[in-house]
Amino acid sequence: MELWFSEPHTKNVKMSIRVDKQLHTEQSEYQRIDVFESPEFGRFLTLDGLMMLTEKDEFIYHEMITHVAMASNPQIKNVLVIGAGDGGTVRELTRYGTVENIDMVEIDERVVEVCREFLPQTACRLDDPRVNIVYDDGLRFVRSRENAYDLIIVDSTDPFGPGEGLFTSEFYGNCFNALTENGILVNQHESPYYPDDAKAMQRAHRRIREFFDVCRVYQAHIPTYPSGHWLFGFASKTIDPLSADGEKWNALGIKTRYYNSELHKGCFAIPNYVKELLKNAD
Amino acid sequence: MAGLDQSKAPIYEALLKYKDARIVPFDVPGHKHGKGNPELTDFLGQRCLSVDVNSMKPLDNLCHPTSVIKEAEELAAEAFGAAYCFFMVGGTTSAVQSMLLSVCKAGDKIIMPRNVHRSAINSLILSGAIPVYVNPGVNERLGIPLGMSVSEVEKAILENPDAKAVFVNNPTYYGICSDLRRITKLAHDHGMAVLVDEAHGTHFYFGDGLPVSAMAAGADLAAVSMHKSGGSLTQSSFLLIGSNAEKFGVTEGRVRAVINLTQTTSGSYLLLSSLDIARRRLALNGKEIVKKVIGTADYARKEIASIGGYYAFADELINGDDIFDFDRTKLSVHTRDIGLAGIEVYDYLRDNYDIQIEFGDIGNILAYISVGDMWKDIERLVSAMAEIKRRFSRDKTGMLDHEYINPQVVLSPQAAFYGVQKPVPIEKSAGKISGEFVMCYPPGIPILAPGEMITDEILAYIKYSKERGCVMTGTEDMDINYIKIIEDK
Repeated sequence: MELWFSEPHTKNVKMSIRVDKQLHTEQSEYQRIDVFESPEFGRFLTLDGLMMLTEKDEFIYHEMITHVAMASNPQIKNVLVIGAGDGGTVRELTRYGTVENIDMVEIDERVVEVCREFLPQTACRLDDPRVNIVYDDGLRFVRSRENAYDLIIVDSTDPFGPGEGLFTSEFYGNCFNALTENGILVNQHESPYYPDDAKAMQRAHRRIREFFDVCRVYQAHIPTYPSGHWLFGFASKTIDPLSADGEKWNALGIKTRYYNSELHKGCFAIPNYVKELLKNAD
Repeated sequence: MAGLDQSKAPIYEALLKYKDARIVPFDVPGHKHGKGNPELTDFLGQRCLSVDVNSMKPLDNLCHPTSVIKEAEELAAEAFGAAYCFFMVGGTTSAVQSMLLSVCKAGDKIIMPRNVHRSAINSLILSGAIPVYVNPGVNERLGIPLGMSVSEVEKAILENPDAKAVFVNNPTYYGICSDLRRITKLAHDHGMAVLVDEAHGTHFYFGDGLPVSAMAAGADLAAVSMHKSGGSLTQSSFLLIGSNAEKFGVTEGRVRAVINLTQTTSGSYLLLSSLDIARRRLALNGKEIVKKVIGTADYARKEIASIGGYYAFADELINGDDIFDFDRTKLSVHTRDIGLAGIEVYDYLRDNYDIQIEFGDIGNILAYISVGDMWKDIERLVSAMAEIKRRFSRDKTGMLDHEYINPQVVLSPQAAFYGVQKPVPIEKSAGKISGEFVMCYPPGIPILAPGEMITDEILAYIKYSKERGCVMTGTEDMDINYIKIIEDK
């Protein structure tokens, strides 16, 4: 018997992972939630059939969405995480003693509960006393906040489902308003490779640029995401990530498997075709 | 007719049978199930083109229905509590016009509010009927025209005992209703028919907590835009006849004869089947659908209130008179207090946030809420409005504060439309009689109609609306720089 999970990356490309067994499936109010066990990637979580994380490669995504901003401004105390129901981003944030408060706003309570049960690897720090979990729409939550957060991390699904509102001008504008004067916005920025993903990436870039003076993009290599080439957006009111003090971050002694101080600089060096896409995002 | 099976959809079912039979078409339309126009078929889909067919025996004929269209019309009549229901394919405009032409001939008077859609005044031009306008109430804070107060209608009826009918908006574009039951009773007591424009009231026939529908109020004719809140395709509509209509000379046969004066003989089966399927859906699930829509609109109002500055008005306006009732599915929002005209908020929403709403006028916007709305879209609308307030709000000093100016009617619309006209620069037209319409579209309620006096106040309003970005229509000059006036004798 062969049991495979397949996800179309485009109409003409799909990725398949051999599955040992399905650990969970349900249709929540918002989406279909599945957890599988696989020989190659360990356990993995999909939402509406799209890969969210695997035990084997989630460290890349979660380290990169967190440490770049944290190293760029060691003063960050108050953080808002939007989405991120699997807990991986929160896990990385709790490694900083300087962080005083983490509000995590996830729309789907079931995602958090399923991850607590089946993916303790990422959900392990959700009970940290600094973490407040709010079950709400991210767009709704952020519009009533003003000058409240030093960092907002948008750890969302793709812009073609429940996450759609998190790729809009109104959302980025509300985020700008919710950030403190040195505030940073980091977002899951889609992939530049396949045309549909690239369009979403361009749209997001164009909209973020309307609000933030500093607006950069950095990359990481995530084997189970479409094309494996993934981008993150780094937008801020004042802070340039390229001026980060690597020695200072190294002194914190946070042990990482992907992120390091050289990579911090290097990940902002992006291929020409991606530069071109960003330049033409208007 | 009680006890029809509302789960049936005769036109839809007949089309399915037609498809199954694999009929070889040697009749129009010439695209022959789409094969003759592959680009169009690629765009709209083979399923759609395969049922874009002509009247034929198994599919009945809209002009003279005897089988499946008749059955579908009877089902719709039952679902809406009407004596008969006509399927209309020329929009609610054609339903409004047929309603008026069924009751009024040249020279007959009809009592109506002036804040009607242009289709109603157009039908005065077609029929030669003479309007007796009842000025709607105006809400001072919002500046919007309201419903008709019963006492004003009564006054008009007593002053014009020879009038043939009373015309009522149920509701207005903004969601405001007159006391339709009392107006109907009053009109009937004086031998006048009651015609109701329910372009924005399809859902009144289903669900709880909504204003009374025309048929339930005992009205004689109603034009119902199924394609607005009913879920059918654009341009499809219902014309309903009430159960007492015969007393006023309104019979099924007469109304059909009137409809056939102007309606196409090639009624689109895409439109007809959409009416059939939408009626079935409303009859079976309407209550639940409406409940959900009201919940969504109430939620949006609450969230908009928490932004501050905006005023999302609703049933707190009800005053037992010219705001007898309010349609809570309408999300009407007053914007002037943040220093922006409704039309400016409307433009910002589209240009900066990719959100298209129904209309914006001088001081308000209307977002159309329906069962098609998803929670995440409502969150986007509310968040975008919060952003617009934060980024673009201004001081409101100097903003125009009303949407409606009582007209001075000099000539009947028909006499003016067919009178001797000449174009003049619009800024030099004050004191003249207009030969044309001028309106912002949407909402399509004329600022000026043919036969009305052009005043400085109206010209200032038009200039202001243009400056704020309203799309002005009505005159032959597409840029509204010239207006045709009635030549002095």
